[in-house]
Amino acid sequence: MADGNIGLWTVPLAVLGGAIRVSTPFLFVSLGECITERSGRINLGLEGTLVMGAMSAYGISYLSGSPWLGVLAAGLTGALLGALHAGICSLPRVNDVAVGISLMLFGTGLAFFLGKPLIEPTAARLPAIDFGWWSEVPQVRAALRINVLFLLGVALAPILFWAFKTTRWGLLIRTAGESADAARAMGHSVLMIRLRATMAGGFLAGIGGSFLSLFYPGSWNEGLSSGQGITAVALVIFARWDPMLCLWASLAFGGAAALGPALQSVGVTSGYHLFNAAPYILTLLIMIITCSPKRTLSGAPAELSITR
Amino acid sequence: MDFGRISRRHLLQGGAALTLGAAAGLRPAFAADTTIGFIYVGSRDDYGYNQAHAQGAAALKKLPGLKVIEEEKVPETDAVEKTIESMINLDGATLLFPTSFGYYNPHMIKMANKYPKLRFEHCGGLWSEKDPKNAGSYFGYIDEAQYIAGIVAGYTSKSGKLGFVAAKPIPQVLRNINAFTLGAKLANPKATTQVIFTGDWSMPVKEAEATNSLIDQGVDVLTCHVDGPKTMVENAARRGAFVTGYHVNQSPLAPKAYLTGAEWNWEALYPKFVKMLAAGESIPNFYRGGLKEELVKTSPYGEAVSEQARKHADEIKAKFLGEGYTIFKGPIKDNKGNVVITAGTERGQKDPELEKMDYLVEGVIGATS
Repeated sequence: MADGNIGLWTVPLAVLGGAIRVSTPFLFVSLGECITERSGRINLGLEGTLVMGAMSAYGISYLSGSPWLGVLAAGLTGALLGALHAGICSLPRVNDVAVGISLMLFGTGLAFFLGKPLIEPTAARLPAIDFGWWSEVPQVRAALRINVLFLLGVALAPILFWAFKTTRWGLLIRTAGESADAARAMGHSVLMIRLRATMAGGFLAGIGGSFLSLFYPGSWNEGLSSGQGITAVALVIFARWDPMLCLWASLAFGGAAALGPALQSVGVTSGYHLFNAAPYILTLLIMIITCSPKRTLSGAPAELSITR
Repeated sequence: MDFGRISRRHLLQGGAALTLGAAAGLRPAFAADTTIGFIYVGSRDDYGYNQAHAQGAAALKKLPGLKVIEEEKVPETDAVEKTIESMINLDGATLLFPTSFGYYNPHMIKMANKYPKLRFEHCGGLWSEKDPKNAGSYFGYIDEAQYIAGIVAGYTSKSGKLGFVAAKPIPQVLRNINAFTLGAKLANPKATTQVIFTGDWSMPVKEAEATNSLIDQGVDVLTCHVDGPKTMVENAARRGAFVTGYHVNQSPLAPKAYLTGAEWNWEALYPKFVKMLAAGESIPNFYRGGLKEELVKTSPYGEAVSEQARKHADEIKAKFLGEGYTIFKGPIKDNKGNVVITAGTERGQKDPELEKMDYLVEGVIGATS
């Protein structure tokens, strides 16, 4: 670390590093929620799924010694919670928002309860790929130590975009989301489509959780998520239910989260609470700029209970 | 866990008769079968504040004739009153340790007034004459241990840049940052401490980001004042930086990177309290102390600590333990150039001015707002 001083360059570098490090849970949860909401249902329980995913990934990685098994366990836990949400919502006159909120509390509570013995031990972590090998600067190398899950998430966004647009099941999900009657007329079970979409959403959110506990910050504790799941759900609306926009929005949120600490580290110390709030201010601003009293949100699935 | 509490509450009515007996003093003040209740705001194995208290409770469990009961994750609301009631009424607790700052006023005060025969001991509160006599507050001058850690950090750092991940700019935190920095300047007069405030006591992602940003700035020794230092310690060690710990010994998390740390020493204090009560003495209502009084301690040195650093740190530690030593001795300037402690003024540990600290000393890079 002889050549340690890079001065103000820390800030853009930290924002870049933060965009890569912090954005992954946002990315997975928002892509998952994107699938669920496109099918016409909103699952607010993904905060609970994220925390449950983080806990189960950490537990399985600790017990088995294999972090990848942990990731799988997190995904399956998430899918199970998704199935629970979809199952309850398929009953008549059940409100999906209310179920989501209760599942959010259930998921976090259950994770805290089961995760009690996991706070102390250290589990095997996911490996990182060193993309900064070309650089002499240790800061650049650190920022470019990238986890495979991030790359998977980045690849998933265009795949989902393409799938929604051109594949048969993408069309089915959109049909269920735009007009349940049309889907029924085509002879498909709307409930089954939504069940699968919610399970897929839960699976992805669970994997997002495994990133938190197995890579960054990289251990299980109860403050781990601090609301990232619910932020990611909001991010989907912000991204207009478009997987590619979800990707950019997640990166922006990740970078914004790194802004506060990075500015303090170069000596911009006033108003750090304001910089810490940057992601939320950004959300509010974009919401205000793009809202219109004359129409509903463009891109919103017509069957969503919040737009109906 | 909530089921437990509900049934406890249901049992309350049934236990009321028993309670009256206990509260009226049928039970001798300290019999062989004394029950002691501990209440924590978080998890007791968080490698942090709560674990420090749980280690103290564990020390009591080893003593014969004592029964220790514990409840974790009790919020700083009237929930703590319910927990206290159930510990008293159902488990027969006669000595209670509500350990979190926010439990003190009004919750613990209210309970102490309601059960005047029982003893309540609170960590961190400021007991005053107006408060009930069966309540007390204790706290340790952990800045002494931070000062020692600062010396070790100052010797170990190659860049002369130290980092401090802090939660909020309140007097206790600022005092730790300042003591750490003053200690480091003994070792290396040019040393600086860069501080980053995360805004709250438990923000793992922010703490990890702060740790990374500090290391990107060339910081090579880090410490913190947050509830759970685990995130900082692990992330700093992964980046190849050294750390000094806080609250408890975190060396199992990063054996190579861990230099030393400022730890609470509740496992020495709590048995002392129990002995006082057993001997029929009363615990002073306002109990404070540092290294000498065994309220705080430093972690054993890690392998990376040089001979020179050990020698200097041990020397100062011996002064704390012996004739006494003043950390905040004038002239001290804050990092804006104002003199905050004039030449010739010594602010000893018990000086109430120190409990109102609102500045960062020269050598700290950061601001309190």
